[in-house]
Amino acid sequence: MNILTYLIPISLTLGALGLAAFIYTVKSNQYDDPEGDARRILSDDWDDHPKP
Amino acid sequence: MTAPMRPAPSACPACAAAPAAEAQAARDLPRAQIALSLPTIHCAACISKIERGLDADPRVVSARVNLTLKRASIEAAPDVTAEEMRALVEGLGYEAHELDPGTLNATATDRAGRDLLMRLAVAGFAMMNVMLLSVSVWSGAEAATRDMFHWISAAITLPAIAFAGMPFYRNAWGALRQGRLNMDVPITLAIVLALVTSLWETMLSGAHAYFDAALALTFFLLAGRYLDHRTRAIARSAAEELTALEVPRATRLTDGSEEQVNVSDLAVGDLIRVRPGGRMPVDGEIVTGTSELDRSLLTGETVPVFGGQGQAVSAGEVNLTGPLTICATAVGADTSLHRMADLVAIAESGRSRYTSLADSAAKLYAPGVHILAGLSFAGWFLYTWDMRTALNISAAVLIITCPCALGLAVPAVTTAASGRLFRQGMLIKHETALERLAQVDTVVFDKTGTLTTGTPRLINLDALPPEAVAAALALAQGSSHPLARAITEAATEAGMKPADIRDVTEVPGYGTRGFADGREIRLGRAGWTGAQGVPESATFLKVGDQAPVAFTFTDALRPGAEDAVETLRRQGKRVILMSGDTRPSVEVLAHRLGIDHWMAEALPAEKAARVSALAEEGARVLMVGDGLNDTAALAAAHVSISPASALDAARVASDIVLLGNDLATIGTACTIAQSATRRITENFRIATLYNVVAVPLAMAGLATPLIAALAMSLSSVTVSLNALRLR
Repeated sequence: MNILTYLIPISLTLGALGLAAFIYTVKSNQYDDPEGDARRILSDDWDDHPKP
Repeated sequence: MTAPMRPAPSACPACAAAPAAEAQAARDLPRAQIALSLPTIHCAACISKIERGLDADPRVVSARVNLTLKRASIEAAPDVTAEEMRALVEGLGYEAHELDPGTLNATATDRAGRDLLMRLAVAGFAMMNVMLLSVSVWSGAEAATRDMFHWISAAITLPAIAFAGMPFYRNAWGALRQGRLNMDVPITLAIVLALVTSLWETMLSGAHAYFDAALALTFFLLAGRYLDHRTRAIARSAAEELTALEVPRATRLTDGSEEQVNVSDLAVGDLIRVRPGGRMPVDGEIVTGTSELDRSLLTGETVPVFGGQGQAVSAGEVNLTGPLTICATAVGADTSLHRMADLVAIAESGRSRYTSLADSAAKLYAPGVHILAGLSFAGWFLYTWDMRTALNISAAVLIITCPCALGLAVPAVTTAASGRLFRQGMLIKHETALERLAQVDTVVFDKTGTLTTGTPRLINLDALPPEAVAAALALAQGSSHPLARAITEAATEAGMKPADIRDVTEVPGYGTRGFADGREIRLGRAGWTGAQGVPESATFLKVGDQAPVAFTFTDALRPGAEDAVETLRRQGKRVILMSGDTRPSVEVLAHRLGIDHWMAEALPAEKAARVSALAEEGARVLMVGDGLNDTAALAAAHVSISPASALDAARVASDIVLLGNDLATIGTACTIAQSATRRITENFRIATLYNVVAVPLAMAGLATPLIAALAMSLSSVTVSLNALRLR
């Protein structure tokens, strides 16, 4: 059962990572325009250089 | 400009120097924030075309299109006006309307929604991890392993619940301080008691801990809250957009020069210019100019009234033919538009008495739960004289009875129903509007602007001599007066050609005149053409010395009006027509739609009084209206609907806004509301059934954390699935 000493912290860290990523997306307004973002990925306007 | 021009920090100075310098200059002044509504955009190409087009303007600092809200927000140099940007986007081939950024501010950052989402995420994360640990406990972990799992669970649960459950604690505390019980009191008590007993058990290395149940409870309840919040946020943002589309702007005359100002900046004594087609921004008195005024939104009258020098006008009236200069006599909160708010406040006090289904369920439920938990604690304590067992069992009772399913029962159904109604063009503004709509048995309609479109239609074309119609067409086609436009439309449709009339001039406030064969020909008001007035809306043609010919009009019906009245009557509801318009025109419409009860020339207070009287007789009244004269009645009714074309005040006072032009959806809405309410009561029954099965188990001390988790999840899932059946 010693493997639990590694597995439990690992699973908790992975979960916390997911939570942190979600909170980051909420804080940086990534759910403001879900429809537009889904379409924007299709546009090739800024393929060669980033938007200034 | 005195601002220092610093070179922009750029890796490639040559390519960025000029625009960067301009952008730098613009940055030193407050920039113009402009919002445009773009109802027709739909694809990736639209986004990049509009953004590229806007960015190409050197004065635009940044432009971003939001496809979900169909809106563009532009940041530009301070001298850029919204009108220029609108013209730019229209030039790209897209429909664009200016939005008032002041009204939209609240939608930009949806703080409360984000807060709830964050708490939901934390609860979800903690629940998943604790569930995993609990599964190993249920499947037989023992001794030191079980204790360790319990301790880890406690370490995750305590901070997570302290953060995630905050909305419940706050609501419960607020209710307790006022000596009331709401749904949040048993929730908070269950969470706290579950945590305390679980911690105690863990310390004594006991077998049962309810950490997972407490977290699952928080998660499901937060999910319900979030659904509820989202439904309302969507409705609120759509309602705000409607308001923001009417940018309150006026043309002020100062020393003979015109300037565009916000209506809020106007003061008493200002001279304001109102062009034909414009709406009066404030109450005032006409200083120069003559015209005709459309008062239909204020009084329900369809016939335009004459407006000449010295006459008083009130905010909301529409100027029809000639340009007017008015001197403001009352602005802002003093205008007649705003005075109506008092009437609304009085009428509204009657409505706040409605208790929602959820509240009445909570009223029965909360004391019941507390009594059950208290009884099982007392019973087991007296039976075993063991504090630990008694506390454990009462915690189990509280958790199992906790209104998890009840918390989801209402929001899940209202979300499904509001979404369905939204797709049909109905905006549910108020949270209990659906429940109230389901109870309606009497429907009161306003006439002008609600059942009718407010645009006149010529009705006696066939009875008129063709040469008269040809002459009228020649005079009417140059005018923008609604009656003239109706003549032009009807005559062109019938294939008439305009007669040869020269020197056509419009006499604002009176009509149009011209000359043919040396005779003067006039088309206009009765008094001006020497005719006798007729009861319906009419205009008159006078050729030379001949007797004047009357052109009579009726209001065009709004699409779906006949359907709506027919459907409502078939559903067994009483339909009443109440209008501020003249008797004959109301009577004609009532007969056409087959409405038996009607009331004409009603003043705003009379409308409200009649609606209240109906309510006192025990009727549940649905009021459908659009004008200022309906506002008080809208607020007094059990539930109210107004079309999107209504005045802002009317839209604010009503519970539901009709976004499309079609009235037929009202009948469907009643049906959907009824089935939604039926689903809600069904959900309550399902939740109760689960309790009836599980509570005896818990009180008998047979409930393990596994049973609690199963009962809770099962009832929540069944309730959500039942809500989805509404589609």
